[in-house]
Amino acid sequence: MKKRKPNPYRDQYRVWYPFHSPDDPCPPIAKQYVVPPNQFLGFQPPNLPQFSKHEALIKGTLWPIFYSPYPPKKWRDKDGT
Amino acid sequence: MEHEKRRALLRKLQEVDFVLVELNLYLDTHPSDLDALDQYNHCALEREAIRSEYEERYGPLMHFGHSSNRYPCGWNEGPWPWEI
Amino acid sequence: MWIYEKKLQYPVKVSQCNPHLAKLLIEQYGGADGELAAALRYLNQRYTIPDKVKGLLTDIGTEEFAHLEMIATMVYKLTKDATKEQIKAAGLEEHYVNHDLSLFYQSAAGNPFTATYIQSKGDPIADLYEDIAAEEKARATYQWLIDLSDDPDINDSLKFLREREIVHSQRFREAVELLKEYQGQKKFF
Ligand SMILES: [Fe+2]
Repeated sequence: MKKRKPNPYRDQYRVWYPFHSPDDPCPPIAKQYVVPPNQFLGFQPPNLPQFSKHEALIKGTLWPIFYSPYPPKKWRDKDGT
Repeated sequence: MEHEKRRALLRKLQEVDFVLVELNLYLDTHPSDLDALDQYNHCALEREAIRSEYEERYGPLMHFGHSSNRYPCGWNEGPWPWEI
Repeated sequence: MWIYEKKLQYPVKVSQCNPHLAKLLIEQYGGADGELAAALRYLNQRYTIPDKVKGLLTDIGTEEFAHLEMIATMVYKLTKDATKEQIKAAGLEEHYVNHDLSLFYQSAAGNPFTATYIQSKGDPIADLYEDIAAEEKARATYQWLIDLSDDPDINDSLKFLREREIVHSQRFREAVELLKEYQGQKKFF
């Protein structure tokens, strides 16, 4: 699969792999963390696209650009997205 | 079912009120955005209509004179928000 | 003055009676990065912050009380009909001997709420960076709670609260930008 340039608003998860010693007792698990969209936008520009009222309440924000999904862990682990 | 109807109307109010919260916080840091101000004032009218419909059916939402009270189904009657 | 409105900001539903989950959620009720700490932090800072930011601290502080009420609702619903056996199995006996099933401002580990959770330096930049950090920490706490909870209805409400922390942090970042400006100081130059 061709690697596309990551978009920080869409690809919010980062993955890293701590050193795994052969003496470590447990099998290694990739570590991941989220970098939410508030790290990138700066001062919010006017007239950004909005969710509908119905959608906004479900998502917890009026502006899609701030939406940060938090899917179950097993989905996040796969490829960091 | 009455419980479902009540929940649906409450949700409508929660939806418009949420937009108002979001616009309010936005306007706190963008006080001169006239489009956002317009939208805020428009939503405030819309919430007023839903509020009065809700209160007519299910009783006052607010105390201290911000809703008119009545008997029965007045302010002091449940269910309370954490009970519904 | 504050006026109470008889509704939650976002609906709270609970799939099943689960006192153990309530024990974890209490972290966001009376823990260091919980909603009570957040509300008190902002509403306390607003008195001495420059005018441009007073409205924001007032409004976010007020919204945090709405979040506190949502957490209280979850805890109440998760424990309301718990049997003595369920309370014991959930490790809530220590809570029960002191409080019955009433709520208490404490962390998940049982530490009582303390004012030391709140910083108030009076320096606007220091205070706002504290607020930004508090929002990110609250977001992280919601993540760990969602990871440990398998109640889909509770997780729905927790995801809403997690997203609110992201928006709050955004607004505090903007407040920092507002404070960097010289605007409104013309008379001094
Ligand atoms: Fe917050």
